[in-house]
Amino acid sequence: MSARQSALQPRPGSALDVERIRADFPILKLRPGGKPLVYLDNAASSQMPRQVIDRLVRYQTTQHANIHRAVHALSEIATAEYEEARRKLARFINAREEREVIFTSGTTEAVNLAMHGYGRKFIGAGDEIILTTLEHHSNIVPWQMLAEEKGARIRVVPINDAGELLIDDYEKLFNEHTKFVGVTHVSNALGSVTPVKRIIAFAHARGVPVLVDGAQAVPHMKVDVQDLDCDFYAFSGHKVCGPTGIGVLYGKAALLERMQPFKGGGDMILSVTFEKTTYNAIPQKFEAGTPPIAAAIGFGAAIDYLSGIGMDAIAAHEHDLLDYATEQVKRMPGVRIIGTAADKAAVLSFALDGVHPHDVGTLLNQDGVAVRTGHHCAQPVMQRFKVPATARASFAFYNTMAEVDALVAGIRDVQKVFS
Amino acid sequence: MADPKSLYQEVILDHNRKPRNYGALAQASHKAEGHNPLCGDHLSVALNLEGERIALIAFQGESCAICKASASMMTASVKGKTRQDAETLIQEFRDMATGQLDVDKQPHHLGRLTVFAGVRDLPTRVKCAILPWHTLHAAFHSVADTSTESENDPMHAPIGDA
Repeated sequence: MSARQSALQPRPGSALDVERIRADFPILKLRPGGKPLVYLDNAASSQMPRQVIDRLVRYQTTQHANIHRAVHALSEIATAEYEEARRKLARFINAREEREVIFTSGTTEAVNLAMHGYGRKFIGAGDEIILTTLEHHSNIVPWQMLAEEKGARIRVVPINDAGELLIDDYEKLFNEHTKFVGVTHVSNALGSVTPVKRIIAFAHARGVPVLVDGAQAVPHMKVDVQDLDCDFYAFSGHKVCGPTGIGVLYGKAALLERMQPFKGGGDMILSVTFEKTTYNAIPQKFEAGTPPIAAAIGFGAAIDYLSGIGMDAIAAHEHDLLDYATEQVKRMPGVRIIGTAADKAAVLSFALDGVHPHDVGTLLNQDGVAVRTGHHCAQPVMQRFKVPATARASFAFYNTMAEVDALVAGIRDVQKVFS
Repeated sequence: MADPKSLYQEVILDHNRKPRNYGALAQASHKAEGHNPLCGDHLSVALNLEGERIALIAFQGESCAICKASASMMTASVKGKTRQDAETLIQEFRDMATGQLDVDKQPHHLGRLTVFAGVRDLPTRVKCAILPWHTLHAAFHSVADTSTESENDPMHAPIGDA
């Protein structure tokens, strides 16, 4: 029996002890409207295990002070814990050096940092930036702002009907004006995994740096920035069981050093006079002001938690969930799966004939099933598939086959209401 | 919180399936476009005023069931009424949807439009129900486009004071 067939039968969590994992997540015990919470909106934000919550409480109750400043003990502890979190993040994505990990408020700020720090310094009039149809608005709008400011031009890689990037078209977009490539690793709206390694190699052969939006990839797979050889990699804490308000821009040290600061303020300077300010070294050069210290430490704890389970085991379980959900949903009449790429992360976007996604979302919510409905901040993807919006179920390692069944039953209920 | 399924009552589902006054008006005296960029709901409302009376009204667009049924029932409710009466209904409908009018306890003229009362418990869907009414208001005031997200559109203005 093939792996795909075996996934058709609900199994108690393949390699993962999902029930034990679920016990770590207090919020999963909620019963909205008297029904068990079926949380399938993980691509928007994941839930937080007790281990991370406890770490936040321990930091705030025993370790908190401002960092990189005072000589008193608490400040030294807080600084050490904050920098330890950076080390964890660096190891997690296999960065060469810790200073290549810049803490940001999230993926959006990470992309904006790259735009302001690199783009505004090195991209000018007539230059071209290549993006893809799959991008989240946060990897479109900053580059449009830059293009408008500088008189640069955005070129867009198209996708096919399955939601896969057309790599030949990508390669044809290159010319002597191409100065930057921004590409998502995993589409948030469709789940498509893009061939970033090939994309990066092609760009590098032409001397063009590449930023990868990894917000939807880091939760689902082992990411190795050295193996990818990306120049920038952006991701968020709250999509990997960490707190909101924290994210990372990984950048190659040589690039980060050549970049201009994004935000000015304390911590990012060596000396300030009204005549001249000398900037601090990376990563501090890009971390002006008091950072979200607790959130960074919580991010580190979340990475510990995921590493304890193992990204390979997480990926395997999520693929089982996706395969099972895909098999169930594609057999349902009147349901169209949007995004059928051969290589997909745990995202199932779908549309019901004659039912608007917002009605789907409201009715599924009534069954305790939380999905995202809307354009997913990816309007170009919606336009490509000629839908105003989709309903999106996105899975995490703590989801179960029984929850997929609840989704499928919920979709049937919606169809019954609208029949 | 009211059962959201109660919002999807037969009358609403029926108007969604078979919307009344659906289509374009050949010669409209007033019209407006309404859209909600958050969910992609988009509709146009066109009408013919004869004096102060709404002689003809039609709508068309792409939207969720709540928005479409609201538009359908709105056109059926205001057809033949005066502009002043329609403005009163717009105000009352908005107050009902946003929880400022308790249709069981306070006087109103909404009639069977009260099937939308449950939307007040679904904050993310209030705009779906209200959009057609704001578009009608915009049409009266010859505002070419209205959006649920624009600060200077009629949705954010005190409608009843017009």
